[in-house]
Amino acid sequence: MADPETFRTELRAWLEQHAPASLAGSGGGELEGIWGGRKAVWSNPDAKRWLDACAERGFTAPEWPRPYGGGGLSREEAKVLRQELAQRRMPPPLIGFGLTMIGPVLLQFGTEAQKREHLPKICRGEIRWCQGYSEPGAGSDLAGLQTRAVLVTGGPEGDHYLVNGQKVWTSYADQADWMFCLVRTDPEARKQEGITFLLFDMESPGVSVKPIALISGSSPFCETFLSDVRVPVANVVGKVNGGWTVAKALLAHERTMIADAFGGASGGGRTRGLAARAREAVGVAADGALADASLRHRIAQAEMDTRAFVLTTQRARDAARAGHAPGPESSMFKIYGTELNQRRMELQVSIAGPQALGWEGPGFDEAELDLTRQWLRSRGNTIEGGTSEIQLNIIAKRVLGLPD
Amino acid sequence: MSLVPTEDQELLAKTAADFVREHSPVARVRALRDARDATGFSRPLWKQMAELGWVGIPFPEALGGAGLGLADLAVVLEELGRRLAPEPFLATVLLGGQALLLGGSEAQQQAWLPGVTAGTKLLTLAWQEARSRFDPFRIETSAQAAGAGFVLSGAKIAVPDAAVADAIVVAARTSGASGDEAGITLFLVPRASAGLSLTPQTRIDHRSAALLGLDGVRLGREAVVGAVDGGGALLARVLDRATAGLCAEMLGAMSQVFADTVQYLKTRVQFGVPIGSFQALKHRAARVFMEIELARSATLAAVRAADAGDAELPRLVSLAKARCSDAFLLAANEAVQLFGGVGMTDEYDLGFYLKRARVAEMTFGDAAWHRERWARLGGY
Repeated sequence: MADPETFRTELRAWLEQHAPASLAGSGGGELEGIWGGRKAVWSNPDAKRWLDACAERGFTAPEWPRPYGGGGLSREEAKVLRQELAQRRMPPPLIGFGLTMIGPVLLQFGTEAQKREHLPKICRGEIRWCQGYSEPGAGSDLAGLQTRAVLVTGGPEGDHYLVNGQKVWTSYADQADWMFCLVRTDPEARKQEGITFLLFDMESPGVSVKPIALISGSSPFCETFLSDVRVPVANVVGKVNGGWTVAKALLAHERTMIADAFGGASGGGRTRGLAARAREAVGVAADGALADASLRHRIAQAEMDTRAFVLTTQRARDAARAGHAPGPESSMFKIYGTELNQRRMELQVSIAGPQALGWEGPGFDEAELDLTRQWLRSRGNTIEGGTSEIQLNIIAKRVLGLPD
Repeated sequence: MSLVPTEDQELLAKTAADFVREHSPVARVRALRDARDATGFSRPLWKQMAELGWVGIPFPEALGGAGLGLADLAVVLEELGRRLAPEPFLATVLLGGQALLLGGSEAQQQAWLPGVTAGTKLLTLAWQEARSRFDPFRIETSAQAAGAGFVLSGAKIAVPDAAVADAIVVAARTSGASGDEAGITLFLVPRASAGLSLTPQTRIDHRSAALLGLDGVRLGREAVVGAVDGGGALLARVLDRATAGLCAEMLGAMSQVFADTVQYLKTRVQFGVPIGSFQALKHRAARVFMEIELARSATLAAVRAADAGDAELPRLVSLAKARCSDAFLLAANEAVQLFGGVGMTDEYDLGFYLKRARVAEMTFGDAAWHRERWARLGGY
């Protein structure tokens, strides 16, 4: 392995050639970015060129092994890559649940065939994934899921499962190509023991998707209906009836992703603008302080919360690097990161005042309308991916050892 | 700058934890209180801590120290904080000692610091006044030039461990008006100086503190620590470092009171089950856990910034002190509530933690004051 600084020199030359200037500074917002997939719409052809160039080098999944489409980079090299992309304000070449959730899970639990089949497609942005966990009767009580998968053996299609049920809150189901989901394969077993982790193509007959409108207007969420969907047995990840173990590993990845998106370094960027915006909104006193003292203190609090949170995520990374096994930190980061984002959104709404009340039409500019929707959307942060209350239970049980 | 302890620091932490467990249970704090002990701590134990090298940690080897940093001292302070050990690290090492180390003349350092690191001499700093609240520059104590020296007059409050200090670094005003950073000068005032009076104060945590009277105390020019009129910046640097050290102590104390609380939740049975099985209490405990984790990250960043000479030190210190003040109070308040009535009894140790949390919060500025300072340093 070359040393990180040699890598940096090579990388800079490569970026000089391949990083399109038209993308610099884009894709910073919540869930903005290049998602790829069969249904991808490329409004900027440079985004596709950027994705392809990065995929070629394995930079979409820098630390995954090369045989599966990753970059095979060391942790130091991956850090250099992040630094260089940040410095040029380049968006990540690809984002999505393939890279952050199902990919890591397949690396851990997948068969060799599953890894070779799915991981390279994820890295190239060819297949976009969605997650089928929640059901109408199984939200926070995830193990209460009812979607049934019945094994059918023999027959012309080979051994397969017949899946029936309904999923809900399936983010981007309408744009995804494949789903990873939890199904009940043994209804007689104890709640968590009869569950299996399955993968299937969203174009399979019997899959239908219906978007759900949210209080913030349009939303990425969908209901997904599964009616006699045939799924080959080769698409089981981990053991039959052993899906709960896989599910828990995936949830940890999901919480980390959510915490990163809302509270981590990118969230810090959103905090920095608060004082400047408040200065415009309320003016400054003779001593240079914001004219509204309570707003000033709320901004200081938000900045300090953010800084302490970023330091804590940094500490967790440092600890991991020093060889300490990660604990259930992801629950803490999920709670704190999402609550922090909500406080920050509330604060931005306060700063904007009546200008934060627009839904559409005259009197509000695009940024103001966007702020209002983002604030409304942020109320979901502490519900999705496991509610704050569920995460508090996890900390109480697994970190503090409190009894059931 | 990694935010996890080095192997040496982990080793030091273990040694300190073992020592504190053996020699400094909270019962010792109770005994000192009940005896109305004027010293406020144990001199033999202090000597032992000096022999272990702890007192000298942040001082150069030439002065008998270990030539290490605040991050190393913080490891020891955290362990001492766990059992509320009252030994005068803050007064002697972080306040008086750091003032001489950062601003003292060669002669002052040679005269005092080898004694400090050996555990035979004690120092402190007198910075607060009746009307200063948390602002270190609101100083009215005056130092008038007189002949080749100065005459100090005024009154200081809440001087830690002053009753036993061999010398006190006093912040006085040589020019300017109360509130100005400029015009402050630090003076090294020997305990035996004529015109100096000390009145011990009894405070809720029963740590040693005193009122200091300065009634025409005459000092020679050699008593000046740092530059005449230039003591404000020095004072701020010393206070930043001391604050970071205090945060480490608070971290230890809040971690311990929280650990005791979690233990109680596991064992105390009501309605036929351990009360820790109630979700309402679990959630409160989990939230305290998160606040302590955030306080820890901020404290680690602050002590490392101090050692690295990072220009961001004042902001990181304010971050750490604000978070530690809030988190320690939360942990102590929640402890009393979750223990219920017994948490209010003097027989339980919890009260010592609650009282210490309040005193530590009010030392070097509370959370609100540090948020205010953060905003000011941020230019808004």
